[in-house]
Formats: sequence, structure tokens, C-alpha cells
Amino acid sequence: MPEPHQLAPSADRPLTGTFRVKRGLAEMLEGGVIMDVVDAEQAKVAENAGAVAVMALERVPADIRRDGGVARMSDPALIEGIKAAVTIPVMAKARIGHFAEAQVLEALGVDFVDESEVLTPADEAHHIDKWAFTVPFVCGATNLGEALRRISEGAALIRSKGEAGTGNIVEAVRHLRSITGDIRRLTVADPAELYDWAKRLSAPVGVVQEIAGTGKLPVPLFCAGGIATPADASLVMQLGASSVFVGSGIFKSADPPRTARAIVEATTHSTDPDLVAKVSRGVGGAMPGLEVGTLDTRLAERGW
Amino acid sequence: MPGDGAKVGVLALQGPARLHASILADLGASPVAVRTPADLAAVDALVIPGGESTTMSLLLDSSGVGDAVRERLAGGLPVLGTCAGMILCASEVLDGRPDQRGLGAIDLSVRRNAFGRQRESFETDLDVEGLHGGPFPAVFIRAPVAERAGDGVEVLAQLDEGAVVCAAGPVMVCAFHPELGGDLRLHSLFLERM
Repeated sequence: MPEPHQLAPSADRPLTGTFRVKRGLAEMLEGGVIMDVVDAEQAKVAENAGAVAVMALERVPADIRRDGGVARMSDPALIEGIKAAVTIPVMAKARIGHFAEAQVLEALGVDFVDESEVLTPADEAHHIDKWAFTVPFVCGATNLGEALRRISEGAALIRSKGEAGTGNIVEAVRHLRSITGDIRRLTVADPAELYDWAKRLSAPVGVVQEIAGTGKLPVPLFCAGGIATPADASLVMQLGASSVFVGSGIFKSADPPRTARAIVEATTHSTDPDLVAKVSRGVGGAMPGLEVGTLDTRLAERGW
Repeated sequence: MPGDGAKVGVLALQGPARLHASILADLGASPVAVRTPADLAAVDALVIPGGESTTMSLLLDSSGVGDAVRERLAGGLPVLGTCAGMILCASEVLDGRPDQRGLGAIDLSVRRNAFGRQRESFETDLDVEGLHGGPFPAVFIRAPVAERAGDGVEVLAQLDEGAVVCAAGPVMVCAFHPELGGDLRLHSLFLERM
């Protein structure tokens, strides 16, 4: 991967914000669950249940969907409260293209910025130049081309978009299958075909060639958007995600601490159906779901 | 090769187990993912990767692997703990959660997130005693340090904040991520010490 903002090595000064350091944190989150929280109290519930990180936001996606209006970065006071409440990494969302919100989040010391379609986009043509930051970024993608464009802009982690706030896993499954399916197809493509692949994916040919050789994205691939049950987590882990983001699925369920803990166990032991059955038993009501066909706003269509 | 024939477990409850597994395989060992006490019973050594120590601590308890590791440690199980793995191996965690129960594999007092948050995470070339061929590319991600090392613990590398590579008998810990730097020497040293 190109690292245009990499500093020259110097003996007396350790290097911060290199791509290896950014991607490194994403790799440390593998096999884990990142939970959306709106305040310090929820952040503690998430940490006690075994979350590997929390995502600070003003409203969970289900409420953004219900209430409408412009959804923006959280109030800094709220993010600081969450940072003070837990010892695990704290992520926060910035609007697509809103690099000033991302600068504020970096100044606040958040550990990861999610340039997220769940918030109202700020720029209809340009995503944030993520190379310009020390803090790592995660971005959503619905297909391989979108994932590679985000990586070429400096994203250190890719997640499926799914359809946030619905409790419906169908869109996340579509996105994961599209990304992993195209990666598999690239690995068997003739080298001469990779130029056409790059054109069709609207992505740089260098990274397309790299993936054709390695059979994987150059950064981790996580799943987000619609995970509501332990079995949902098991499903997407087995489909090739290496961690899961759970948004509304925890704090819109009947018993958040128990649902959170059960999803953590099901993510770790995703290939052990006996264990997934055990943690799912009597866990209580999952969040009420929404049929994707009935939605007025498709969040996954935001971003390009 | 140093790993020849050894079945080396990689704790796969949370964290980048696959990166360690691929290095161990390159060194001639047979890596095995460990998620249950039965998985652990089948291995000759264990690598505890980075990740979130609070998450891994809960999963060590619920899976029963934590107690199984404590039992094997009494019998001299070789363990390599990196970053969160170093925290889990330490006898004392200075700012850990009250319910966090360590493995007590090595007599160290460890501080979590000793360098700060992700903004302060860094990479540097580090001199490690016992590693030949120049400094080691060390990637520190929200890393811990050991502020105290007990009697009989060798400190193999140190920064201003504290000790970052330590060993005692067959147990070795490091505060950084040897699996991210593209250098096999630290895993190789662990296998040689087995």
C-alpha cells in the first residue's frame, strides 16, 4: 500500500500514525464486538459484557431513522464522558466528507473515526482524505470497488454497510458476499483481465493486483448493519467478517447486558453451534426489525 | 528450524491469532487455534496474542481455558504473551478492572495503555537482548509496560516508560506486536527457549 504521509525514520523519534500502526489497531479488534453507545452508562455495560471497543454516537441508528433530521458528530462532552468511563478503545462517527468533524474527533483523542453513512453526508463527491490524519479510519462499503476506493483514501478498516437501524441482516450479508465473492473471482482472473477489473471496480489497478495475489483485502473486513442476535454474529463471522459492529441491536433489545454478552460469545465461538444455542437460549426479545423494502431512506446508498 | 515438530497453540478467543499462526508455520511449527480446554490439552506451547485484555479475560473465564492454562503453567507450559497477552500473563495489573483475573505466568507489575491512546501508538526499532541481526521493528499499539520485574525475571528490552520484553524460564512477554513487523526473530527466540 502507498503511504504518502509516512515520515522518514529517525532514531530519536518513534513514528506515530503510520499505516502499520493504524491497521494494527484494526487487527487487534479482530474476533471482537464493537458496540454503539450513547452515554457513559451504556459504555460501561458494553465494556462489562466484553466489547473490544465502543462507538460513541448521539443516537443509535434506529432512533436516527425514527426521528429524522440531520445526524451529525456527537457532542464532545458526551465523547469525553465515554472516554473517561471505559479503558477500551473509543470510536466516534464523522459525516462522510466532513474532515473538520474528523479533526475535532482526532483532537479529542478518539482511537478510531468512522466516516459513516449513518450520519447525514456533508460532501456529495468527496470522502475524507484519511492519509492526512494520525487517527485510523473505518469506512463502510457495499461492494469491492467501494472498499478499494476507501482504502486508497487511507481507510485502515472496512466494514459492510448493511442497513443500519433495521435489525435486518439481509443487506450486510449481500455486501459481505459481494466483497468476498469478487475477491475470490480476482484470485482466478488472468493477469491481463485485472486492468478491466480495475476499470469496472473504479479502483486503482495496483491494489487490484495485490488482492489477486493475496486473496484478501489489505486491511481487515468487519461486518456492520443489522446484527441483532448471537446467530446473526455467527453467520457473518462464518461469511468472512473478522469482527462485528452492533449498533441498535444491543440497547434496543429487551435485556442489553445479556444480549451484549451473548453476541460476544457467539462472535468468538461462531463455528460452535452448540455454544451459540446455549448463549441464545432465553436471551429475551431482540430489537424489533424492519423490512428493507419498506424503508424511505436507504443509508447504504450514501457514499460513493 | 526452531519450531520443528512443535504443536504451538494460539489463543483464538479474540485478537489477531491468524497472524501469529502464519509466523509459527513459517518457522516450522504446527499452529493450533485454542478456544477450549480440549484444544489446549493438545498443544506443547501457547501464544497469547494482543487484542483487548478485558475481553480476553472474560472469555478465558467463560470458556474454561483460563483455569486450564493455570494448570498447565504449573507444569512448565511455554507461553509467549504479546501486548494484551503480556497483561494477561502478569502477576499484577496496576490499573486493571477489579474483576480481571490474570494468569500469573510471570512476576511483573504491568500498566495498561502506558503510552496513551491510539494517537500515541508508534513503531520504533528496538534492541532486544538475545536477538542477533540488528534492532527489531516493534509496533506498539495502545501498549502496556512492566513497571516492576520480580526476582528471576530477565528484562530483555526497555524503554523510558518501563520494560517491554521480559522472560522467566519458558515464559516470554513483550509489550509490542512482533506479528506486525514482518520479522520472525522474536517468535523464533521463544521457540528456541522452549
